[in-house]
Amino acid sequence: MKEEIIIAGFGGQGVLSMGKILAYGGIMQDQEVTWMPSYGPEMRGGTCNVSVILSDNKISSPILSRFDTAIILNQQSLDKFESRVKPGGVLIYDPNGITRHPERKDIKVCRIAAADEAAKLGNAKAYNMIVLGAYLKVKPIVTMANVLEGLRKSLPERHHGLIPMNEQAISIGMKAVEIL
Amino acid sequence: MAEKILMKGNEAIAYAAINCGCDGYFGYPITPQSEVMETLMQEKPWETTGMVVLQAESETSSINMVYGGASCGKKVMTSSSSPGISLMCEGLSYLAGCELPCLVVNVMRGGPGLGTIQPSQSDYFQATKGGGHGDYRTIVLAPASVQDMYDFVDLSFELAFKYRNPVMILGDGIVGQMMEKVELSPAKPRRTDEEVRTLCDSWATLGKPASRPGNIVTSLALDADIMERHNIHLQNKYATIESEEVRYETYKTEDAEYLIVAFGCMSRISENVVELAREDGIKLGVLRPITLYPYPEKALDALVPRMKSIMSVELNSGQMVEDVRRIAAGRVPVHFYGRQGGVIPSPEEIYEAFVKTIKK
Amino acid sequence: MEINDIIKPENKVYGKTPVLKDAVMHYCPGCSHGTVHKIIAEVIEEMGIQDKTIGISPVGCSVFAYNYLDIDWQQAAHGRAPALATATKRLMPDKYVFTYQGDGDLASIGTAEILHACNRGENIVVIFINNAIYGMTGGQMAPTTLIGQVTATTPYGRDVKLNGYPLKITELLAQLDGTCYVTRQSVQTPGAVRKAKRAIRKAFENSMMDKGTSFIEVVSTCNSGWKVSPVEANKWMEENMFPEYPLGDLKDR
Repeated sequence: MKEEIIIAGFGGQGVLSMGKILAYGGIMQDQEVTWMPSYGPEMRGGTCNVSVILSDNKISSPILSRFDTAIILNQQSLDKFESRVKPGGVLIYDPNGITRHPERKDIKVCRIAAADEAAKLGNAKAYNMIVLGAYLKVKPIVTMANVLEGLRKSLPERHHGLIPMNEQAISIGMKAVEIL
Repeated sequence: MAEKILMKGNEAIAYAAINCGCDGYFGYPITPQSEVMETLMQEKPWETTGMVVLQAESETSSINMVYGGASCGKKVMTSSSSPGISLMCEGLSYLAGCELPCLVVNVMRGGPGLGTIQPSQSDYFQATKGGGHGDYRTIVLAPASVQDMYDFVDLSFELAFKYRNPVMILGDGIVGQMMEKVELSPAKPRRTDEEVRTLCDSWATLGKPASRPGNIVTSLALDADIMERHNIHLQNKYATIESEEVRYETYKTEDAEYLIVAFGCMSRISENVVELAREDGIKLGVLRPITLYPYPEKALDALVPRMKSIMSVELNSGQMVEDVRRIAAGRVPVHFYGRQGGVIPSPEEIYEAFVKTIKK
Repeated sequence: MEINDIIKPENKVYGKTPVLKDAVMHYCPGCSHGTVHKIIAEVIEEMGIQDKTIGISPVGCSVFAYNYLDIDWQQAAHGRAPALATATKRLMPDKYVFTYQGDGDLASIGTAEILHACNRGENIVVIFINNAIYGMTGGQMAPTTLIGQVTATTPYGRDVKLNGYPLKITELLAQLDGTCYVTRQSVQTPGAVRKAKRAIRKAFENSMMDKGTSFIEVVSTCNSGWKVSPVEANKWMEENMFPEYPLGDLKDR
């Protein structure tokens, strides 16, 4: 198994931490992982992306030009990465703020209204876990148990009280995702 | 089995330093390596191992704190990125001249000047051919993974004390910012005062007991004959390093007809290029120098006659390729592919460039 | 009476401290460095800390201080002695660590290092030799050169418009919360030497009391650089340097 993912959106949407939790989930099931962020001055508000690779074998290049899955959370990222999903791959996007929707027919396009769901939940911070839930529903490459274990590993202990909320958000994402 | 932790390359440097019994870290913030000192400050090793961690007022001061700490026989280090390393080069020359052990980590970014904060390998010349003034060499290790970043810290200190010489870990923004899983090694305690005394009392400033003359750590000798003798001594030491400490890896070179030479992250990207080539029936392999100084001269030399051509792939305008050409010595064509200023090529782009070279 | 009848232990009135080596000093006759070296050596002997003292020598005339005091020494890059001392003291807090720096080293190229070491309150001793000139490189202007003073690079005298003002670095460092003891001394008379020695001893003692940085400026002569005789140099110093750099404690807490 080898899954090459790009997660892209605005800084502050939890793009990097979603990637980190996914990567930790991979480690929990004894896979090789890399997490490679775009980095720069865009701490908040600018575009931000991270590529995550999970593999049963040693990972060579951490730098990729084409992806099995693209998780897209704003228009700029959709414009940049839609063409870079491998044929037969997956594109998951949040339609919030999107004016030009995905057009490719040779990939599986899924929609997760994560901003709406987070608003319904009354917790903007749950946003990235709702998106993660949507991804795991479409591509169940990491088990829920391993994701939660990954959360425990990546969150400082003082935040472990937030894990049930995150679990709930992942479940919401799993239910709310629409395959188009 | 040892615990495996997901961490950034920069964090790995910090955790490895604490774990391998480093005595002191002195640094100054600069992107893309600031997580090294941030992690150390977060971990507060002065409360556990007693390691000193200090934010200095400049890179100049950082390297001179390393100079002072190394003079005391302590395992001391600093880290920075390209512009900061330029400032440290004066100090590196002194450390090399005084034969002091230390670790300097360079998480390279694009230059020249203030340049960019994006990854680069454009300090190859600076790291391997000098950087500071005078005839000196720094042992240079090029990590390609976060595990390398972690493992090379302890290795660097071992080499630094074995040869009483500065060692540089020459990483880049990719290995610094990337997260991968790291298998932690068993902790080494910091050396006790007695151990330092046993190991370093012949040269270090530990306080002069009545039993020996004062130790003087200096690189100064106004007498040309004395200075020449010192230089010859250094060159003899470098010759030993060149024969004993070469490290490299190969990837699918057994049947290769073409070779990519690449270090650090570029060697990993080049492994994907090998797969693309082999899908097209082209027998391509990779030589990855792990030590950039000493360079794997013999390993490359032995591969050259079996190749139809060689391509050096670097994140710069062509620096290591000068060494590759020197060693190939006109026996086969040596090509170069590189991107500059923080741009990272994908395996497909490199493969396309490679194909052009073999169709010529 | 023959000379050998006089040289007997019971007749001994003065002995060179063993902390001072037998090496012949390279300093010019009349230079203050030799005297300051001697009193540091005597303090080290009297405190019994020869095996616990690390000296950091600068770049400048006193680069060779390590040839004269029989202790362990580090020789710093130009201006960086306080950085070396910082690491040395923090890694070996049971050692007495001092830097010995001239005005070019400390107050010109090394201003950042001395200012920040003092501001961090490093528990080190700084001996600052201010003779208002670069000695080793042949008498060029120093940051502490007086207005109107002739040097190799101010052949018509230091001009404020061209070169700015004499840098009162000691006053500046006394402002910092990290310094505990800042004093200005001289060594041109036996009385001054005794006072300077007391100051140095106090500074060494401070460095084990976690009080912060102790800083001793010694207003000094450079008769070669000033191109006058040693006797005239002392007079010139008293008449011209002391008004600009008045002696005494600036801070003692």
